[in-house]
Amino acid sequence: MKNKRRSPFAAALVIVAGLIISGGSYAAANAVVKHSNTSQAVTQSQLEEGKQLFLANCASCHGKNGVGTSAAPTLIGVGAASADFQVSSGRMPAQADGPQMQVKPVQFTREQIDAIAAYVGSLGTGPAIPSADMTAANGDAVRGGELFRINCAMCHNAVGAGGALTEGKYAPALKNIPNTRIYEAMLTGPQNMPVFNDANITPTDKKDIITYLKYLDENPSAGGYELAGLGPVAEGLFIWIIGLGLIIGFTVWLGAKSN
Amino acid sequence: MANQATAKKPGFLAERANFLDERVGVAGILKEFGRKIFPDHWSFMLGEVAMYSFLVLLISGTFLTFFFQPAMTDVIYNGVYGPLKGAEMSIAYKSTLDISFEVRGGLLMRQVHHWSALLFVASAGLHMLRVFFTGAFRKPREINWVVGFLLFVMGMAGGFTGYSLPDDLLSGNGLRIIDGMIKGVPVIGAYVSSLLFGGQFPGHAIVARLYSLHIMIVPALIIVLLAVHLFMVVIHKHTHYSGAGKKDNNVVGYPLAPVYVAKAGGFFFIVFGVIMLISATFTINPVWNYGGYDPSPVSAGTQPDWYIGWLDGALRLAPSHLEAGWFGFSWSWNILLPLIISLVFLFVVGAYPFLEKWVTGDEREHHVLDRPRNAPVRTAIGAAGVTFYAVLWAGASTDLIATNFKMSLNTVLTFMQISLIVLPIVAFWATKRTALSLQRKDREIALHGRETGRIVRMPHGEYIEVHEPVDKYELYKLTAFESFAPTLARPNEDGKITVKARMRAALSKFYFEDRVTPATQLEIDASHGHHDEQKAIEAKPAKKVATKKPAAKKSAAKPAAKKTASKTATKSAKAPAKKPAAKKAAPKK
Ligand code: HEC
Ligand code: HEC
Ligand code: HEM
Repeated sequence: MKNKRRSPFAAALVIVAGLIISGGSYAAANAVVKHSNTSQAVTQSQLEEGKQLFLANCASCHGKNGVGTSAAPTLIGVGAASADFQVSSGRMPAQADGPQMQVKPVQFTREQIDAIAAYVGSLGTGPAIPSADMTAANGDAVRGGELFRINCAMCHNAVGAGGALTEGKYAPALKNIPNTRIYEAMLTGPQNMPVFNDANITPTDKKDIITYLKYLDENPSAGGYELAGLGPVAEGLFIWIIGLGLIIGFTVWLGAKSN
Repeated sequence: MANQATAKKPGFLAERANFLDERVGVAGILKEFGRKIFPDHWSFMLGEVAMYSFLVLLISGTFLTFFFQPAMTDVIYNGVYGPLKGAEMSIAYKSTLDISFEVRGGLLMRQVHHWSALLFVASAGLHMLRVFFTGAFRKPREINWVVGFLLFVMGMAGGFTGYSLPDDLLSGNGLRIIDGMIKGVPVIGAYVSSLLFGGQFPGHAIVARLYSLHIMIVPALIIVLLAVHLFMVVIHKHTHYSGAGKKDNNVVGYPLAPVYVAKAGGFFFIVFGVIMLISATFTINPVWNYGGYDPSPVSAGTQPDWYIGWLDGALRLAPSHLEAGWFGFSWSWNILLPLIISLVFLFVVGAYPFLEKWVTGDEREHHVLDRPRNAPVRTAIGAAGVTFYAVLWAGASTDLIATNFKMSLNTVLTFMQISLIVLPIVAFWATKRTALSLQRKDREIALHGRETGRIVRMPHGEYIEVHEPVDKYELYKLTAFESFAPTLARPNEDGKITVKARMRAALSKFYFEDRVTPATQLEIDASHGHHDEQKAIEAKPAKKVATKKPAAKKSAAKPAAKKTASKTATKSAKAPAKKPAAKKAAPKK
């Protein structure tokens, strides 16, 4: 689909490529970090390590056995998926409480996260971390797109560029989010995001949605650089600042030349 | 270049050409003053930018009509764009996708069309601001201001109808808002909506109807208005910025052909080139991401194009829960209020020349532009208007501001609502104050010259800073403006002071109460006479200063300048004659 269609303005693209690169404006496409660990059986030593880590890092808020305190909710029954989502996205351990948990640099290694997730999962019955097979981006992107627009776009924007919610909360941008995390977000509904359980959106649907989001990640806009997917507002600012700016530069230059 | 300009009117400017040439030779002042002499200041080209963007719109739009199908019948997409294969969509949306992905050069043309639409309205808006702040709308150009204003409004109309054509999610959401607004109008709203959409929203008719408006009615109106606009520009001739030799009864500049025509042609290609460069590089309106219109999903970050943004912002900033039930109809003031405010705002913009003329009572023709500072209240009104518009515009992106600057949406909304009322007042006040103090500074410079930073020691030991008198061009610029005094309410034939007269007097007071009069020749002379005693004292150091400047300038300036002074003096009693103060460094006491 790309080769033929793009050729007419390939030349123009080549000319401007230098500009773009020198402007450093291309966001390098991040490779999707893939990991598969769920099929591994939970070992006793892993649980032990998880418990230690939990006591050291989480228990101050979530209580000794994850029973919850006045500062944080109980983790009994939230499942390994929830813990994996929260910790691997850098949301937990939480820091200052704002309107919403901030995404911070991840503080644990993969093994440690697995251990913590296994421990939290062992506290009660909750959703497990989905298997690599369930989250692979090989579903139907068309259905995924449709489902995404119906279920997610009102918060996350049609291209997953993110959007504002009330009271300082927001739905984050969904660019280059690991497959497992997308699945877990739907499964556990972090904070203001609703839970999309398997009756709501079946595992196949979830796979389709992941496929669609990955398609967006891997296929940059056919029309050129995207202005952060922010739509008309970014376009308007762009034409006023860059477009008119360039042209006024030329008019000043022409005016000066005439003397 | 100086020769070119002056050769146009050899009789009138012959001596001055000579005079100028000497300056050119000596100091290369031409570079600095040249621009003031020819009316091709860069800001005069903004209108051209709008015109050329419109030309590009016509060309690219015509290309699009070859492939676009304005029908809303549902079809199944089986084109090349993967994520939408097999999806149900309208023919209009499908043909837009086909233009984007299957027509050779189609995507580029769509982007050219859309980017040039944004540029068209933006440059027209900037052009309007230039005309406003320089007072170029004054007699005889009031009608042309109205025509230009209508062009701007038609630009918005063209953009809105075009934006709605692809029938994607964003444009559908836009139409839904319009539908809501129409329905918000009491009594007739519901009927108008069902007429427009051919039944219940969204119906199956709207795209085809917008299409006729978009490719026939609106462009035709724009072309007619543009023709009238340009015709009037030719009849009125161009205005110019204030400067020596530039009066209300002449124009100084290039002959239209050949210099200007060649330049304009080149400029078209520059504008075209910039549009092409942007269109080949940056995505605009990636409709394939939004999916076809479907009333159920609503995407975050749904915004109209920038020129409709201020209307959207007005809707968003209106306080909610303002419904009232009067006379058996529901009045949604949260929709009506922004609607009324927007219309009043547009009306004031369109009618401004007449409003100002009514206040000032100024019936004379004006061809020399005002420097914005010399019309403090007008400039301040403009600044307030721009601020009001800008807040409304920003109001359309409250959600994006909230996410991108990590603020609460509610805080942003409240902040904007307050800003909408407070900021224009602040802008008015600050601008007026700034303009007045700039005028005072001008007056000071005209009377006493510029500070040079050179300190001179007087024989009796006092240190003073040498003030260098400005040359006559500068002086002309600093003093050639009019200062109105507020008019008083006069009784009519029956000896009564009418309410209208009172209102007019009050407005006149509002406009002209605080003012700075230009330095008159008398004052300038007086100020120099006043310095004479000092000049005598500091004759020696002053000479030293003088040797730093080419002697030719000094000797030539005197006689030539005197002549100008006497000439301008006879021309108009109001614009005071300027005698250049250039003789010696006149220190300020
Ligand atoms: C500073 C206090 C704090 C610390 C430390 C902290 N949390 Fe939390 N955590 C919270 C709060 C508060 C919430 C509730 C967030 C909300 O929903 O608004 C939460 C929510 C969670 C949730 C989601 C619960 C649900 O209902 O789905 C998980 C899982 C979680 N934390 C795991 C952890 C883990 C694992 C650690 C240690 C690595 C940790 N937290 C450390 C405060 C904390
Ligand atoms: C009501 C609004 C809402 C809807 C609908 C919604 N989300 Fe979210 N989503 C959120 C919010 C709020 C967060 C941030 C939660 C947090 O920070 O704890 C979020 C977070 C996420 C994340 C995590 C991103 C990250 O940075 O780690 C993913 C992935 C995600 N959502 C996917 C989806 C998908 C897929 C759908 C549709 C099936 C969806 N969301 C529907 C509000 C929503
Ligand atoms: C008044 C100046 C005009 C403005 C401001 C304007 C603006 C627009 C805009 C914003 C769009 C949406 C494009 C998109 O979604 O990518 C559009 C679409 C379109 N315009 Fe115009 N336009 C103007 C004049 C014209 C003219 C003169 C023509 C034809 C002769 C035309 C033909 C079209 C067509 C066919 C489309 C559908 C494009 C698509 O499939 O995306 N326009 N116009």
